[in-house]
Amino acid sequence: MKWDISDIGSWTYKDFPAGAVIPEAGNSNDYITGGWRSERPWRDDSKCTQCLLCWIVCPDTSINVADEKVTTFDLDHCKGCGICAQVCPVDAIDMVPEGCDLPEVK
Amino acid sequence: MPTHKTLAATGNAVVAEAMRQCKPDVMAAYPITPQTTIVEEFAAFVAKGKTHCEYVTVESEHSAMSACIGAAAAGARVMTATSSQGLALMWEELHIASGMRLPIVMANANRALSAPINIHCDHSDIMGARDTGWVTYFAETAQEAYDNTIMAVRVAEHPDVMLPAMSTLDGFITTHSIDRVSVMDDETVAAFAGEYVPKSALLDTDAPVLHGAFAGLGGPFFEFKKQQRVAMENARQVIKDVGAEYSALSGRPFDVVETWGMEDAEIAIVVLGSTAGNVRHVARDLRAKGLKAGVVKVRVWRPFPYAELAAVLKGLKAVAVLDRAESFGAEGGPLFLETRGALYDLETRVPVVGYIYGLGGADVKLELIERVYQDLSDIAAGSAAPAGLVYLGAREEA
Repeated sequence: MKWDISDIGSWTYKDFPAGAVIPEAGNSNDYITGGWRSERPWRDDSKCTQCLLCWIVCPDTSINVADEKVTTFDLDHCKGCGICAQVCPVDAIDMVPEGCDLPEVK
Repeated sequence: MPTHKTLAATGNAVVAEAMRQCKPDVMAAYPITPQTTIVEEFAAFVAKGKTHCEYVTVESEHSAMSACIGAAAAGARVMTATSSQGLALMWEELHIASGMRLPIVMANANRALSAPINIHCDHSDIMGARDTGWVTYFAETAQEAYDNTIMAVRVAEHPDVMLPAMSTLDGFITTHSIDRVSVMDDETVAAFAGEYVPKSALLDTDAPVLHGAFAGLGGPFFEFKKQQRVAMENARQVIKDVGAEYSALSGRPFDVVETWGMEDAEIAIVVLGSTAGNVRHVARDLRAKGLKAGVVKVRVWRPFPYAELAAVLKGLKAVAVLDRAESFGAEGGPLFLETRGALYDLETRVPVVGYIYGLGGADVKLELIERVYQDLSDIAAGSAAPAGLVYLGAREEA
């Protein structure tokens, strides 16, 4: 069930759900926080041992995993905190400046 | 047909009983004098299997209200009780419970706020909760405390209201004194309270929702507050309708403003809570002596019955408002300010004098009430009102 907020800009006080209850589960996923970053993570797949520690600690659930393997970072929601890079036991993740050309930047 | 049983019981005992009869799902509570026996009695009900309520023993009143909010958001019928420092400790969450539109019902044993430390009756604690968006009842007697608590459940949960509600009773005076109380049978009260149908329960996994959202700058925070104002305004009629329905069952009258002798009164005292009894006692004596004295008891404090009060006080020669709480820096106590506000638009000005009384459980002697009526009588006859706010009965310069 998608909560239709297409015309939220014209809502009066009567149109908002009472008590600011949001009648949809997980809609924070629609809110893009990726633009908050000043650094982004870059993972070297050849060094990665797939221990999944980065996935465990990411505070924004922004490490995509498929078949128990890390794939990509969810750049719509990654805020560039760098905890994944800090925690990686084999230094497979680097934090690089946002907006740089990848993978040439070092 | 309800059956009525007369008990000799304290206000706290019958509040606990009223709560039990309304079948709450969760109670998260912390003890504090003079509320303690409410939660102790209720805990005994839980221990003896007289209720299926989940009783959460939390580590403070802040946690109590926090747990109540969580449980209410989950979809439970939630109740608790507190007093004084406890109510003050949960202050931030009182606003939250109201803003989240959770119909939590709480009993408050009206007690002084520190400092200095004092465990006795006054209304300062509840006045601190004045603007929090909780429907608030004041009981004069243990009977009213029982009745108000049950009515509060229906009012809070009404779909046009959905606000938390407080049922207050005077600390020690009403909470601990043994009084004659008529209680109804479990079935009648349970049927009156009805089943709680939560609007958006977290536990309803078929319709998942989020409670506790953020409404920041440029967002609709202002509009959500408008919703609360509308809900509290809706409560005015709901309180009266619920009151009428309850009166039909209990056989006892209910009104948001309850009066005595106001049909032809020339002077009147406006008061909250148990002191109304003292005032009525004195007014009866004075009536016998020919003084046209009336008593106006405000039974529902929020929403404040300004229209009803104006209708009752219109045309009087002088009115005294007794406040059992201060509002330091204001012209008088909270009830005084609201009463004056209620009378502002009357075509003919009614003189209103403010008295602060009974703070920290200070004894409300009948002679003090007589003095107030005497002041009113003098004003009605043309004398000037006492200059400034009167601290009734406090040790001051003669």
